[in-house]
Amino acid sequence: MKQMSSDTLNDIAGSQHAAAVETTKMTARGVNVFYGEKQAIRDVSIDVSRENVTAFIGPSGCGKSTFLRTLNRMNDTVASARVEGVITLDGDDIYASGMDVVQLRARVGMVFQKPNPFPKSIYENVAYGPRIHGLASAKADMDGIVEKSLKRAGLWEEVKDRLSDSGTALSGGQQQRLCIARAIAVDPEVILMDEPCSALDPIATAKIEELIHELRGRYAIVIVTHNMQQAARVSQRTAFFHLGTLVEYGDTSEIFTNPRETRTKDYITGRYG
Amino acid sequence: MNSTAAVAGSPARKPTDWKADVMQKRIRRRYAAERRFKALGLGAVLLSVAFLAFLLVTMVGNGARGFTQTELKLPIDFPHSTLMIDPAQLASDPDQALASADIEGAVAAAADAAFGEGGARMLSDGAWLTVQDAIRKDPNLINGKTEFWVPASTAIDLAAKGQPAPEPKAAYEKLKATNAVKTGFNPGFLTKADSTDPTVVGIWGAFKGSLLTMLVTIGLAFPIGVLSALYLEEYAPRNRWTDLIEVSINNLAAVPSIIFGLLGLAVFLNTMGMPRSAPIVGGLTLALMTMPVIVIAGRNAIKSVPPSIRDAALGIGASPVQVVFHHVLPLALPGILTGTIIGMARALGETAPLLMIGMRAFISAPPSGLTDPATVLPVQIFLWSDEVSRGFVEKTSAAIIVLLAFLLAMNGVAIYLRNKFERRW
Repeated sequence: MKQMSSDTLNDIAGSQHAAAVETTKMTARGVNVFYGEKQAIRDVSIDVSRENVTAFIGPSGCGKSTFLRTLNRMNDTVASARVEGVITLDGDDIYASGMDVVQLRARVGMVFQKPNPFPKSIYENVAYGPRIHGLASAKADMDGIVEKSLKRAGLWEEVKDRLSDSGTALSGGQQQRLCIARAIAVDPEVILMDEPCSALDPIATAKIEELIHELRGRYAIVIVTHNMQQAARVSQRTAFFHLGTLVEYGDTSEIFTNPRETRTKDYITGRYG
Repeated sequence: MNSTAAVAGSPARKPTDWKADVMQKRIRRRYAAERRFKALGLGAVLLSVAFLAFLLVTMVGNGARGFTQTELKLPIDFPHSTLMIDPAQLASDPDQALASADIEGAVAAAADAAFGEGGARMLSDGAWLTVQDAIRKDPNLINGKTEFWVPASTAIDLAAKGQPAPEPKAAYEKLKATNAVKTGFNPGFLTKADSTDPTVVGIWGAFKGSLLTMLVTIGLAFPIGVLSALYLEEYAPRNRWTDLIEVSINNLAAVPSIIFGLLGLAVFLNTMGMPRSAPIVGGLTLALMTMPVIVIAGRNAIKSVPPSIRDAALGIGASPVQVVFHHVLPLALPGILTGTIIGMARALGETAPLLMIGMRAFISAPPSGLTDPATVLPVQIFLWSDEVSRGFVEKTSAAIIVLLAFLLAMNGVAIYLRNKFERRW
């Protein structure tokens, strides 16, 4: 504990405790992921609650992003990827043959590492999801959804006068908030964030983190991050991955102040990673 | 662990003297190399501009004359001519009446009378057709004396355009003295079809043939090529079969075009029994040739669409078809269109495969449909360049100008579309 920076300690002190009432939104049991012959994830079991922000931390290549992508079956697009085990959303197996993957991804939205707005207008970026899922019947409905989503993503004030400008003309941080607005426009139940701040500067990062606080409770949020201070700041639950295994999972305050495993302790104190 | 430890074994390095002569010389050499490279590049560009200018100047210089024609003023006094025509029959059955009237003889006689001995030879062989058309339009002409402007013979035409052959030159000067000759724009060149007489040929037949053939080609090659590219890039699994298909398509793009002509002959004409010389067969054959080019360009364009866009669309629950048609295809379209321009330009200029399927026939009427016999612009140019009559030389150049204009117009449309779909990142 001696080597932990005072910053981190302050962050932990400031982080909220996990919500008292918890409902499990997603569960994973005995998940293995293979890329061809190579096994990327070994026997991971985890519960994601609706009320909390769950952070996945771990060194590069530990499989945290891979595991995140199994939660909305984005790994389906990788031909060599194979998933074993059971992952459920509200108790339904998402890898069951009856599960419609398109609807699953609408319910479990995703924000990517690099901001990737469509090269279309800001309005179209947000409206695209609701349109393909038929969530708005009239233009006024759609306008409402776009405005609400942009407001929730904290971007409305900055872009309300230029909704027809290209989404790619925004700054990096604004683009990432646009991507978050796009994800919440389809009214998902879970939002997966894959290192959403790694391409952003500290101010933009702070805005995204603030946004995660705002969104907490409304959506179950899972965030993968390299930045341990960030995990400490935004999450209530933290899972530490190493070499494809889930080493430790618990309340963020516990993980950062009193880790059970030596490997976790070594990682968060900066001994490797 | 320490980086200094690693080099400790090697002898101590002298500090680099950046101001030394050796260094200065190296800098000078570098600048010289850069200047040389720039000069070479500029030279290459200038050389190609010069070639292009030479080509255009020669073509336009020779070809512009092909769009003009010399006409002679020929007075015909029908009641006193050898014309044998029955006004009653002309009213009831004009075709039959005109066919048996010997207009050709009457025109020749009138020319001899008007221009002196040998006057008939100053007229184009098809000059009487002008008179026939005029009578068909207005039957009352046969009751009186009328002046017609009829096309002059090739010799007079060339003399009017400055060819220095002495005999026609003298005849032309004599005609000019009596104000019986004029040289002007020839609308017939743009509205008529092929003929054996260079003074009455037109390019419209071949132009329409090219147009119909290109429509068939793009109508087949573009959708099939783009869909194949999309399927191969977005859906097909990577295995030995798709590798085989990829190699085959790449090879197809390199197959000499005449072999596609043989294929068209064997498949479309002999096996499927389609009509010979028809634009539909030409279009099908050229589509076979163009498709691989579009597939290859399309696959490269689709490959260059960033995967993050696919992830973004999939991540909010777009189905694979929606990802392809809402995002990947619009972003890849500029690249696909570039490939299409190249393929279509090649198809437009293609002669060899069309010779194999009979599109080199002599066809004197523009095609009225996809199954009518037709020829195309490059084949027409090839045929005219082979003609004996000297009047075809300028017609050949004029046809080349029309072909180039067609090509530029087609590319212009494609470039407009490409710029319209181009998106800035």
